[in-house]
Amino acid sequence: MSDSSAGFQLVQQSDHSALLTLSGDWLQGSRAGSFAALSQQLHQATPESLVVDGAGLGQWDSTLAAFLLRCHNHCRQEGIPFTTRNLPAGTDKLLRLATAVEPHRQTAEPRGSWLAALNPLTVVARSTDFIRESLAFTGELSIALARLVAGNSNTRFEDFRHFCYQAGPEALGIISLTSVLVGMILAYLGAVQLQQFGAEVYVANLVTIGILREMGVLMTAVVMAGRTGAAYAAQLGTMQTNEEIDAITTMGISPMEFLVLPRFLALLVAMPLLTLYADLLGIVGGGIVAGGMGITPLQYISQTEQALAIHHLAVGLIKAVVFALLIAVAGCRAGINSGRSSAAVGQAATEAVVTAIVYLIVADAGINIIFQQIRF
Amino acid sequence: MTTPAPEVHISIRDLTMAYGSFVIQQDLCFDINRGDIFVIMGGSGCGKSTLLRHMLGLLAPAAGDILYSGQSFTLADEQAQHAMRRRWGITYQSGGMFSAMTLAENVALPLQLYTPCSRGEIADIVAYKLALVGLAGYQQYYPAEISGGMLKRAALARAIALDPEILFFDEPSAGLDPISSRLLDDLILELKESTGATVVLVTHELPSIFAIATNAVYLDAASRTMIAYGSPTELRDHSDQAVVRQFLTRGSNPGEPTEPAARSGNE
Repeated sequence: MSDSSAGFQLVQQSDHSALLTLSGDWLQGSRAGSFAALSQQLHQATPESLVVDGAGLGQWDSTLAAFLLRCHNHCRQEGIPFTTRNLPAGTDKLLRLATAVEPHRQTAEPRGSWLAALNPLTVVARSTDFIRESLAFTGELSIALARLVAGNSNTRFEDFRHFCYQAGPEALGIISLTSVLVGMILAYLGAVQLQQFGAEVYVANLVTIGILREMGVLMTAVVMAGRTGAAYAAQLGTMQTNEEIDAITTMGISPMEFLVLPRFLALLVAMPLLTLYADLLGIVGGGIVAGGMGITPLQYISQTEQALAIHHLAVGLIKAVVFALLIAVAGCRAGINSGRSSAAVGQAATEAVVTAIVYLIVADAGINIIFQQIRF
Repeated sequence: MTTPAPEVHISIRDLTMAYGSFVIQQDLCFDINRGDIFVIMGGSGCGKSTLLRHMLGLLAPAAGDILYSGQSFTLADEQAQHAMRRRWGITYQSGGMFSAMTLAENVALPLQLYTPCSRGEIADIVAYKLALVGLAGYQQYYPAEISGGMLKRAALARAIALDPEILFFDEPSAGLDPISSRLLDDLILELKESTGATVVLVTHELPSIFAIATNAVYLDAASRTMIAYGSPTELRDHSDQAVVRQFLTRGSNPGEPTEPAARSGNE
């Protein structure tokens, strides 16, 4: 930067060769030489050989070496002999080191652009892969379950207990908050409409049926998908990265039995219980709003008692079991099939949550249609 | 770039390392000269990597100080520490390459952050650094797509992106085949010679130690301090500590230090 004459000069020699003289300080940010300018001059001159003279060089760093490498590669491409003289000792050595190995030519097919990802064919291909993978996973899980029932499984009860605790008691706080709020929201929504007919007291029926059949279990499932499903994917993905899953497999233990089954069963146990808890708190939440609208607690309770039918509760609990199954499968599948890098583990966790929520909503719609058809 | 005069570059002063009340190593006191290839050695679990993490400022010393070119790192404020770190290049045990970025992006990151270079210049420097470690043309690969040896070399390319004064290596040849390991040694040697950088290595690969190290320190797990300091060949043949001679001869030289046994003829 101190030397204003930093740069290069290309001189055509009488014997069709070109002499490239470098001068000044070649340091990062000094903008000593851009290869583009030189490449233009070289194209015009079309020399038969290129000699680089570094006698006038001052200080230098990687900028110089990078420039020389480009010159060298250019000459190699054009088939021009390339020689150097008077270069600082270090540069010469580094240049030799850098050119010792031929540049690697990419043999793999070019990486698809983001547009290619929208190609309907790729989308279909990817979806079929996904479905096949999911089916394979479900199949393996069923085999593991069958072995568990038969009593010759490697599932450890300790793991199961540990995951039950993680999926159950540890989730109570967040479930309490969401269910009370959902109960309140339902009550508000209903109360405003029912007030028009002077039927505010039926808020209790609306909240009870809404919470028991639909909202209690759905909110619990969404929270558990984000909380537990993502955790399963991240745990299993990291185990894949650390080669723990390889270790388990080579010990002759099925990762399905050892890792997936305890998580799956824990969620299957925890979800219905959490749903019952969420139902209770949701109804309480509705009661708070109803109280604010002038309905006495006694009225609310007796109205709730009327609406509370065992089949509503059963619908919620059946859904809870189905949702637990879907969350566990989405989470564990994403984790087991995760790649072996930090980015891949992140992707697995995202995939676990997204697929779980899509599964939940589709399954919920399906179950509602079935129950409506059989008038349950 | 620098004269090879024996000038102290890094000094460790009465360093004590501890996790809480559990002391790992105490009273470490040694110098690393400019242009040295310095090896921190010792048995597994003696605190080699912990010492490196202290030198890198990832852990704070329980007592003592670490000086770079006479300037205390421990006492320096955050900005000064940052400025010092910028002159270092570090490769981690398992590479530490960002898996969401291509090799080119990995190497370009420090250049984008700390140099005024334009995009074109950065692309040129990245191509050069990758060529230097024998990975020319691998710019668009992701770390997951290349082999372990290539990953180590790619990590080295990132470490030397800013032409560092000090290069730190944590187990550079762990998990490499003998030839890749040898090539990496040669590369370290070559880079050190042509750039004049100081190299600090944590390793227990004996061939590597004898091939490139100019100076070394031995950390003992039992006495929790350093028990030997000097050139590895010197230590192997003449150290007054039997443990050190044993370590440097793979346990086959329990004899007296005065008789330099001519057994390790591989060097």
